[in-house]
Amino acid sequence: MKQFKQVTFRLNGKEVSCVVDVRSSLTDMLRNQFGLTSVKKGCEVGECGACTVLINKEAFNSCIYLAVWAEGKDILTLEGLMGPNGELSDIQQAFMEEAAVQCGFCTPGFILTAYEILEEPRDYTDDELRKLLSGHLCRCTGYENILRAVKKVLRQRLEAAKA
Amino acid sequence: MPNVGKSVTRVDAFDKVTGRAQYTDDRCPNSALVARVVHSTIAHGYVKSVDTSEAEKIPGVVRIFTCFDVPDIKFPTAGHPWSVEEAHQDVADRRMLNRHVRYYGDDIAAVVAEDEVAAAQAARAIKVEYDPLPFVLDPIEATKEGAPLLHKEYPNNILKHTSIRQGDYAAAIQEPGLICVDKWYETPTVQHCHIENFICYAYEENGRIVVISSTQIPHIVRRTVGQALGIPWGKVRIVKPYIGGGFGNKQDTLYEPLCAWLSMQVGGRTVKLDVPREDTFVSNRVRHAEKIHIISWVRPDGTYAARKLVMYSNQGAYASHGHSIVAKGMGAFPQMYPCPNVECDSYTVYTNRSVAGAMRGYGIPQAMFAFESHTEDVCRRLGCDSLAFRRKNLMPVGFVDPFSKNENYYDSYNQCLDKAIAYMDYERKRAEYANQTGPVRKGIGLAPFWYNTAVWPISLEHSSCRMVLNQDGSIQLQVGETEIGQGADTAYAQMAADTVGLADYTSVHVQSCQDTDITPFGLGAYASRQTYTCGFAIRQTGLLLKEKILAYASEMTRMPVYNLDLVDSNIVRVTDGRVMMPLADLAVESFYSLTHSVHITAESTYQIKSNAYSFGCCCAEVEVDIPLAKVKLTKIINVHDCGTLINPALAEAQVHGGMSMGIGFALSEQLLYDGKTGRALNNNLLDYKLSTFMDHPHLEAQFVENPEPTSAFGTKALGEPPTCPVAPAIRNAILNATGVEVDTLPMTPHTLYRRFCEEGLIQDPWRKEG
Ligand code: FES
Ligand code: FES
Repeated sequence: MKQFKQVTFRLNGKEVSCVVDVRSSLTDMLRNQFGLTSVKKGCEVGECGACTVLINKEAFNSCIYLAVWAEGKDILTLEGLMGPNGELSDIQQAFMEEAAVQCGFCTPGFILTAYEILEEPRDYTDDELRKLLSGHLCRCTGYENILRAVKKVLRQRLEAAKA
Repeated sequence: MPNVGKSVTRVDAFDKVTGRAQYTDDRCPNSALVARVVHSTIAHGYVKSVDTSEAEKIPGVVRIFTCFDVPDIKFPTAGHPWSVEEAHQDVADRRMLNRHVRYYGDDIAAVVAEDEVAAAQAARAIKVEYDPLPFVLDPIEATKEGAPLLHKEYPNNILKHTSIRQGDYAAAIQEPGLICVDKWYETPTVQHCHIENFICYAYEENGRIVVISSTQIPHIVRRTVGQALGIPWGKVRIVKPYIGGGFGNKQDTLYEPLCAWLSMQVGGRTVKLDVPREDTFVSNRVRHAEKIHIISWVRPDGTYAARKLVMYSNQGAYASHGHSIVAKGMGAFPQMYPCPNVECDSYTVYTNRSVAGAMRGYGIPQAMFAFESHTEDVCRRLGCDSLAFRRKNLMPVGFVDPFSKNENYYDSYNQCLDKAIAYMDYERKRAEYANQTGPVRKGIGLAPFWYNTAVWPISLEHSSCRMVLNQDGSIQLQVGETEIGQGADTAYAQMAADTVGLADYTSVHVQSCQDTDITPFGLGAYASRQTYTCGFAIRQTGLLLKEKILAYASEMTRMPVYNLDLVDSNIVRVTDGRVMMPLADLAVESFYSLTHSVHITAESTYQIKSNAYSFGCCCAEVEVDIPLAKVKLTKIINVHDCGTLINPALAEAQVHGGMSMGIGFALSEQLLYDGKTGRALNNNLLDYKLSTFMDHPHLEAQFVENPEPTSAFGTKALGEPPTCPVAPAIRNAILNATGVEVDTLPMTPHTLYRRFCEEGLIQDPWRKEG
């Protein structure tokens, strides 16, 4: 039987509230009730990373996260990365410049995990970065240019921190 | 040419990095009904009855349809151009839902419900009774007398058998002193694993059926939906938004006819059919598994006297792309290493497994694994250097294939090999790794590959293009070819800008979303054809548009047309280089002139009657841990001659993706089937080992740019070729490291352990034979 529940949380910096079917995944709530098309579905069982969102700054597969658990949380989707005047984040910019986007279906998820990693830039080795990004599957890029894009932003941020 | 040849940013990059690019599901209204397909749980037999009574009681269920309800129409699914000659038409061997089920996962019923949960629950509650029949999974077994028969029209389950005969094989092998190398090679069933599963939704509008689909071939799907439903093709409209990868799986008609039919059964309401990942593995398409037998008769001087090839291609339950895949592989055999006496036979065989269709490389990755492993094995027997052997025997410059008229214009093979060897330091390492001992050993290997662009003369090749001048001097560009992630739209914008004479590719607005009601007819994304084929149409149409613009400029400037040109979005007088006016001014005048107002547009079709070889190679270095039977890929490069690069950065990105798929094919990917039931065992992204971020070293992609003489922009195939040479290069590197010939893919620890035991590298007292 269907049961509904009210959920109140922060979404891309704004307080929001909605009524959801208690069986809904966070993916479905974000896509269907908030029209956030960046939250993609590639498997719906936590294997591919396409549905990644940040929950309290931590990357999660939203397909295996119940919508009702969003109560009181701070949730960021790719839509929330754009500045007030339509500015792109440095990560989005780097993905464009480094040709890290092909079909684009894995892209939102990768960018959000990169966002999580780059919030605290450290001098990661390539192997460490590969491991941190390995929760996402991509069939188009061989991951090569995604790594390039993430490294580029990492370098920029480390240099900015030094200066 | 200011735009072509530059690594400009993709035209769709901004929308994709902001998440606003619309894919099929992003366009589907929330109110859509949801369809779920019920699949067969036996590998072969007849559906006796379907009991839907329990399922119908589930709240939210709208209607349930079974194989007893669908129209009795068989239809073809392959994404091939239709043939007006009946003998060349694709095989029509399936209905939308099937009573005679031919694999574990066949489609037998469909639920339409108000939401996904109800649809899934109802699908589980449906009870099916079967009359089971014996089944067969192996293509060679399937051809034997007494094997279960899948389609009565095809005795011994042979969908098709074709041959090549050149010279006199039987006589040639009598030559004294020949060395015979006789070996079998085997490749597995793998799946495309695009991250967006196949999805479509359908509704009726103005008495027609509209299907929004994640497809590579919208204009072909229009025809197959018409055929499957038995309705006029004009009554069908297909729309293709952005798609999350295809790789050939979506070069097939998947569930568009069923979804359209379901919508028509529920009053034309919107019905969405979103395939779960587990079903994508089993009930979409897979790559043909092949068993390949090669016998080579070689002279001690390292030349071929005679060669024989037999290929068995596992088609699975329905024809789909059928024999064209193995036939393409077979066609490469006598061309790659020309030899006067050749016998080739290829068989495409129905079995009770998932349906095999197109997949990146279209039969060439399987063929190259066998052919290039074999080249290495021949050289081992001869005791000669395999690189020198290849240089001596590979298709020479000037070679012409009498059938396709393809000509090898350049020494691409050697040029590509040179680059790969230099990057890898191949020759030094090859010598260094020759005599290793110890548990962990290094190896290096390489493999060239053969590929040809597009499908002429086997099938129709044409391309259509429409250009429309806007008021601001920009243009709208529509083609029938599809963007599927590869970057086609960007390449088209670059080509169009240069042909017309626009300053920047951003002045070309490519209509990415294909709509069969709006865009010109086109065949779609396959055979790595689009940059080549569409190039002709863009060039031809761009020149037409330019001619019209200059005619109008002549009126406005009172200068003769031959003294005018369109350069960097300006009308220029060529005699003194003076800028007469910006194109934008001309455009405004043409729209709103009170004396001569005209909408400047151009549209044309170009029929292509040529195609082009696209060659290259891969070189790989590995570290093999013998006791663990594990391979670590440490360094890899692909080098391609795909002619002139339209956009080097996007070309490089294409190569990365293809290499990644090749690495998976070589080392980890395999869809496994249970021999007792025919059921797929690992149809999910955890158990099916798609390459992850951690499974690759740096992927190096380099190019040799010999402009293709037959091409409108000097370009030729690149989408599929990068996948083709990777597995044999890695296999040859493992051979170099261990001295063990591994003839079965994927080269997982399971495969390697067996081989290392057989060759005495591992002594395992507990190992059971077989
Ligand atoms: S859709 Fe959530 S992990 Fe794949
Ligand atoms: S860009 Fe297509 S899956 Fe990553």
